[in-house]
Amino acid sequence: MTWLYVLLGAMAGAPLRYLTDRAVQSRHDSVFPWGTLTVNVTGSLILGLVTGAATAGAAGQELRLLLGTGLCGALTTYSTFSYETLRLTETGARGYAALNVAANTTGGLAAAFAGVALGETLWS
Amino acid sequence: MTAPETEGPPARPGMRAQAPVVAAVALGGAAGAAARYAATLGWPTPAGAFPWTVLWVNVAGCAAVGVLMVIVTEVRTAHPLVRPFLGTGVLGGFTTFSTYAVDVRDLLEDGRAAAGLACLAATPVVALTAVWSAAAATRSVLTRRHP
Repeated sequence: MTWLYVLLGAMAGAPLRYLTDRAVQSRHDSVFPWGTLTVNVTGSLILGLVTGAATAGAAGQELRLLLGTGLCGALTTYSTFSYETLRLTETGARGYAALNVAANTTGGLAAAFAGVALGETLWS
Repeated sequence: MTAPETEGPPARPGMRAQAPVVAAVALGGAAGAAARYAATLGWPTPAGAFPWTVLWVNVAGCAAVGVLMVIVTEVRTAHPLVRPFLGTGVLGGFTTFSTYAVDVRDLLEDGRAAAGLACLAATPVVALTAVWSAAAATRSVLTRRHP
């Protein structure tokens, strides 16, 4: 049964990442991968909220598997992030590559801190 | 010359054309997430410990995407659903950024600053090394055979 929660969450999360990336990338002309940055920061915020809610006792194992392991796990990606960074370095946009790593790591971590704090406050 | 918009196909033809791609991403994403869940069940990370399993899941997914992308963009013409299913779906669903970020946050919050900072910095370094070396190795092996 636990597998069903993971599968359902991921079946929503992965297409949501694909469609968000397309929508974001069609709105600017830059080579910077804003789409992947958007889903990684947003997913880290949501997983933080779920983790904070779980700490406060408001989210059980099922919700953590559905929204955390499934939805947020599939909404966010490390493979696309690293491949896009590699492409930036290969095409000579080394500054953008460094900026991409800095923005994803600091943005994701800040979102995780904010999400947990917000989740603990909202559901305590 | 493109046809005038008034004579074009019905409204939003892109949405219908996108349906198989979105379905491929959803199915691939579910398979990838299930594999990641299996890995975390098989090699569970004790509370407060360094999250090795997620680190290696992410590194393996980055190496695999390096191989895949060289094959589908440089070596051969793949079916149009191969990249959405395997790349965006399976590998995108297998790897995760949110768990990495929250794991680092947990380590830092628990006062394990050294482990937290090591995870924060080592994951992108090892992941980028994996995607770069996998792409380079695939390129050198396959483009020699298909000049």
